[in-house]
Amino acid sequence: MRAVGIILAGGNNRKMKELTARRAVAAMPIAGSYRAIDFALSNMTNSRIQKVAVLTQYNARSLHEHLNSSKWWDFGRKQGGMYVFTPTITAENDCWYRGTADAIYQNLDFLKKCHEPYVIITSGDAVYKMDYNKVLEYHIAKKADITVVCKELGEGEDATRFGTVRMDESARILEFEEKPMVAKSNVVSAGIYVLRRRQLIDMVEHCAEEERHDFVTDILIRYKNLKKIYGYKLNHYWSNISTVDAYYKTNMDFLKPEVRKYFFKELPTICSKVSDLPPAKYNPGAVVKNSLIGSGSIINGTVENSVVFKKVFIGSNCVIKNSIILNDVYLGDNTYIENCIVESHDTLRANTRHVGENGIKVVVERNERYSL
Amino acid sequence: MIKKEMIAMLLAGGQGSRLGVLTSKVAKPAVAFGGKYRIIDFPLSNCINSGVDTVGVLTQYQPLRLNTHIGIGIPWDLDRNVGGVTILPPYEKSASSEWYTGTANAIYQNLDYIDTYNPDYVLILSGDHIYKMDYQLMLDFHKENKADVTIATMPVPIEEASRFGIVVTDEDHQIQQFEEKPEHPSSNLASMGIYIFSWPVLKEALIRLSCQPNCDFGKHVIPYCHENGKRLFAYEYNGYWKDVGTLSSYWEANMELIDIIPEFNLYEEFWKIYTNSSNLPPQYISEDAVIDKCIIGNGAEIYGELCSSVLGGGVTVGKGSIVRDSILMRDVVIGENCVINKAIIAEGTVIGDHVTIGVGDEIPNKQKPNIYSGGLATIGERSQIPSGVTIGKNTAISGQTTLEDYDNGLIESGETLIKVGERV
Repeated sequence: MRAVGIILAGGNNRKMKELTARRAVAAMPIAGSYRAIDFALSNMTNSRIQKVAVLTQYNARSLHEHLNSSKWWDFGRKQGGMYVFTPTITAENDCWYRGTADAIYQNLDFLKKCHEPYVIITSGDAVYKMDYNKVLEYHIAKKADITVVCKELGEGEDATRFGTVRMDESARILEFEEKPMVAKSNVVSAGIYVLRRRQLIDMVEHCAEEERHDFVTDILIRYKNLKKIYGYKLNHYWSNISTVDAYYKTNMDFLKPEVRKYFFKELPTICSKVSDLPPAKYNPGAVVKNSLIGSGSIINGTVENSVVFKKVFIGSNCVIKNSIILNDVYLGDNTYIENCIVESHDTLRANTRHVGENGIKVVVERNERYSL
Repeated sequence: MIKKEMIAMLLAGGQGSRLGVLTSKVAKPAVAFGGKYRIIDFPLSNCINSGVDTVGVLTQYQPLRLNTHIGIGIPWDLDRNVGGVTILPPYEKSASSEWYTGTANAIYQNLDYIDTYNPDYVLILSGDHIYKMDYQLMLDFHKENKADVTIATMPVPIEEASRFGIVVTDEDHQIQQFEEKPEHPSSNLASMGIYIFSWPVLKEALIRLSCQPNCDFGKHVIPYCHENGKRLFAYEYNGYWKDVGTLSSYWEANMELIDIIPEFNLYEEFWKIYTNSSNLPPQYISEDAVIDKCIIGNGAEIYGELCSSVLGGGVTVGKGSIVRDSILMRDVVIGENCVINKAIIAEGTVIGDHVTIGVGDEIPNKQKPNIYSGGLATIGERSQIPSGVTIGKNTAISGQTTLEDYDNGLIESGETLIKVGERV
């Protein structure tokens, strides 16, 4: 592959509420078995990109634990591989990453040492499958300076939390508005960019000279008329998880057979860190309807229209409806959960009741756990 | 010089012919077990959990699946700069090339491998038992007794004792007598086929016995050490240990995993069992599914009804199908409206719609009554069963079968159907 990959995984989002109190958005568990960053990393490895830099900053510990070895994504290579870069204090710099462009600028030495002619930049908080080679071919065919992967949102989806894009017939981007008050277009940037490595280095250096730090506002929007910026339409599933509602919806999407087939059955598959858990166990009294169950879980109660992650214990007579139960949760007997996201490592005592009345409720409850 | 205190040699070359069609294409240690594991995962996990990080795996019969499963040992953390897991198949020598003719002969042919690590002790394991055991404790026992050979033993019912190697010990656990599969056992302490040897003792015995045809640990090496006045000790083990050498014992051991608190508990944090799990996605249980007392591997899709069954990863059970008391290994596909009772269905088998398996009278299998017994219907890997057929009890089926292979759409109890080109 003629490109080096950069995954921007350092951001926080207040709209994730308590869910990102202890983890980065890119480390959010997805679909019972994965973490958000697995999708970007798997796309990189499946596109045969050999060198990937993951830039982390906010609440990076759980993300770093997940990335403890590059072998799960087949990046344990002598040539290239996966690099995790956090901000460091140097002679010239004692700042955190002040923005996406600054994050790249602070790791410019890495980019300068690379020999690949192109760079693929993606975020770590989107659930999608993509062969980046296709975008790169498009980028070259269009003789573009920058190619932005775009997604047309469906009816009723909120475009205002994204950058909205308006293109002409040739797909050149005419207008780019970051998080507009009123969206004039339902085509949004997916946060995936392809450009020449030298071009990126020049732009980021120029940005830094002017004390500008953001890739979208300071590069894409400012260079919009100067450089040829093209949009590449993504026609498959793509979902950004960075609000509680979007996170909930993305997980629930996996209850649809077409989404499961696309991600779980069709090649290439998504890689993740293996957690060495036994198969899921259904004891007498378990009633499970239209749900995903992760490995190592033990089910004694009722689960309906829910996503249960790994190593969850559900006690007798529990009722779980329309909810997401994250990793390593213990639910005591007779617990009732509806419209909730139960945070990982929670322990709920017997007879607990949580119902999300107006929208999804995030449950964080860490009682003492007595286990055998 | 490289030095490892103890290295393990894992005997994984046997066919396990008593597992019938299950081992027609794979060695017994590579047979799936307990939803997501293979039998060899248990001794390999025991090794790494006991701190034994150098393991030689001796392969011979149908090693492909075993080789791909083990790879460089990543799942067991046995990918090491020094040591780790090494697959040891028989190889050609400048004089007298031969297959592994017996358990001890296989070790003899790999003396050089063992010598590379310069060990004090060698642990001999077999790849066909389900158990959790700390070999370090056994080594401590070996050292305490200044033993030359320590044999792991466990008490078995006296009526079954004649199936095992039996030891008679004094009060200090020193072995006075060793009988291999005796007709009239004089004790019920059975050898588990797990030995720790002090390396110089084993090396001397193997070289001495190098001309012995089919040189075997139980039949030749242990008696030789005993006769030559070596210090043999019996280490008594009292945990769960299951030989899964027959279809019935294999089926039982799987079924024991679905008890509410199984005697052999895979859910303990302590002493995890590792495996090469390629299947990552969670399992999907549909609106119409009913599941009672089961364990199910990753990536399964369940639309039917399951009761007391063990399912591997990636299994699909279609709408309206009922599966009871069965083992479905990974990637088995069951169509719609099937009824499956007490069957063992090996990896990648595809079963059509309206198929009924495991019904009819208990008629012993006509070809191999000792193998296909216990009322089990056994289907070999990557078989194809056409829609609408009925299959009886004590049956064995393997290969891409079509409707013409069935007499009026029926395989009666006790029949065997192995398609041409398939080996039993």
